[in-house]
Amino acid sequence: MRTFAKQVFESSRNAGLTILLATAVLAGLAGSASSAAAQANAGGARPNPADVEIHVLPVQGNVYMLVGAGGNITVQAGDDGVLLVDAGLAGTSDKVYAAIQSISTKPIRYIIDTHVHPDHVGGNEALAKLGNTIAGGNVVGDIGASAGNQATVIAAQEVLDRMSMADGKQPAMPQAAWPTETYTTPERKLYFNNEGVLMIHVPAAHTDGDTMVFFRRSDVISTGDIFVTTSYPIVDLARGGNIQGVIDGLNRIIELAIPADEQEGGTLIIPGHGRLCDVADVVFYQEMVTIIRDRIQDMVNKGMTLEQVKAAKPTLDYDPRYGRSTGFWTTDMFVEAVFKSLSPKK
Amino acid sequence: MGRFNRIKLAGGIIALLLLSALVGRPARAQQDPSGSWSPRFDEDWEERIPGPEIGDYLGIPINEAARMRGDSWDATLVELPENQCRAHGSDYGWRGPSNLSIWKEVDKASQKVIAYHTHLSAYGAEQTIWMDGRPHPPDYAPHTWAGFSTGKWDGDILVVTTTHLKENWLRRNGLPRSDQATASAHIMRHGNYLTVAAITYDPVYLTEPFIRTSDFVYNPQQQMAPWPCESVDEVDRPAGVVPAHLPGQNTFLNEFPANYGIPPEATRGGAETMYPEYKIKMKTMKTLPRPVKKVTNR
Repeated sequence: MRTFAKQVFESSRNAGLTILLATAVLAGLAGSASSAAAQANAGGARPNPADVEIHVLPVQGNVYMLVGAGGNITVQAGDDGVLLVDAGLAGTSDKVYAAIQSISTKPIRYIIDTHVHPDHVGGNEALAKLGNTIAGGNVVGDIGASAGNQATVIAAQEVLDRMSMADGKQPAMPQAAWPTETYTTPERKLYFNNEGVLMIHVPAAHTDGDTMVFFRRSDVISTGDIFVTTSYPIVDLARGGNIQGVIDGLNRIIELAIPADEQEGGTLIIPGHGRLCDVADVVFYQEMVTIIRDRIQDMVNKGMTLEQVKAAKPTLDYDPRYGRSTGFWTTDMFVEAVFKSLSPKK
Repeated sequence: MGRFNRIKLAGGIIALLLLSALVGRPARAQQDPSGSWSPRFDEDWEERIPGPEIGDYLGIPINEAARMRGDSWDATLVELPENQCRAHGSDYGWRGPSNLSIWKEVDKASQKVIAYHTHLSAYGAEQTIWMDGRPHPPDYAPHTWAGFSTGKWDGDILVVTTTHLKENWLRRNGLPRSDQATASAHIMRHGNYLTVAAITYDPVYLTEPFIRTSDFVYNPQQQMAPWPCESVDEVDRPAGVVPAHLPGQNTFLNEFPANYGIPPEATRGGAETMYPEYKIKMKTMKTLPRPVKKVTNR
């Protein structure tokens, strides 16, 4: 049985994985600095779209990972066309499209938004316009040929709510960027490119409109920002996020994924930001978030104030890995978000 | 053929023989580490077989963050199904109580060594050490227990550089090694003995490189046992529970200093505790009362 290490780094027989290694090595030679900058954007500075470089990493099966456009973009490609999970930052779409074309010249049929943040949905409008929906027969007859003029954009209902009515008055994003189909159920299913695609809504996690996408034949989960490798979880309280939802989402990934030998490989995980992972990486992250949750919950139960909790440094042991004192998501902000998630609602 | 020509011919033959002898020998007396090796345990027996005591961080250049992770660690964590079959990181693997097998992969046409492969009996962990000069992958490539390793010869020492490691432990008492760490291994063969000096560099949890040596003896009769591992639910507990001690509530931390008569302050580790001068400082520190019951080695 081949180990994950062999699968990832060593095989010279598997064409796809040879591409992975070759692409990864060439990309490493050409742009490790830019990829580092691109990865650093969860919690740190956002990259300038004009400066980004998009790297293609074959994952397994029909699935590829695009790195560098803000959030990671997942590409599933096959005879039916191209399905994207997330669309990256606005302004990066030309480069993203060029990268997609290096994988498949088939049309973009679907974009699935994992959540509402602009580093994941900023490219919705431009990339959707470059694709088209599978439409014909009665559909075209009933509503006209324009039905197929752009890719279908799918998201949880909350994403559309927040894009269309950010402050209750003005749309947060132009209508052309909005999801064209939403779902309100715990899961939504799609069959595309000869595999089942399972969309899983995780309520009140990173935001209130999070979707994780499980490609069942390729055995890949695209998590959105419920799982990142570059920072503490970003809990967007203002958009309905909650630390317990993040933990629930991480537990769901662990439940779905099946590792191969030595708890390594098997189901592969594409995080919202950071490197390609497997479930062992998710377990380390879930343990970290759960331990910090338990510490802060204990402090909340003892009646400690937010300032007292911060002074007690409940994240000290993980700060050199995930913490930040600057940027848009600092350690203090994370502790505050966990504290508020766990405090009794007044 | 004249005498002068015979001398020239003989000289040419000698030169060719010398050249072929040089070409046929490994450059700079490389010592091929291939073969079956059995571990030898000395003063490191307690570390490598039963494992270290809870809270024993002596002589390890850890920082405050690593100390807090060690203090919070609950051994029950290993019992969770998702952790039961987890392999050692390749930087720690040498230290595990494992039999070792090393073999080389050779390019048929050139007979150049492309890679050395290692197999450790614990978890069946394998590592490939690429010898063909290939670069390491970019930072967004996956990390593995073995990491990505390249090797080159420094005289008769095989020097291995490893990146792309998954998180793992520095010691089996909860001291962590992060996924940002890199490692090197210096593999030295002296006939039937093999010494591996493994160095871990961790910007997250170490303030200085952490160096360990492990010894092996050549054992051509060794039979490598397989390591089948299947996770099971050993304890019925709710999903998502992560066993850990809350800060300040790990009551086991004082057992090690009390049982061995070592000042608790010294057991907390840090770079200072690695150096001989620290013994002088230790004499000024207080120890805990020894427990009444005599403690025996496990």
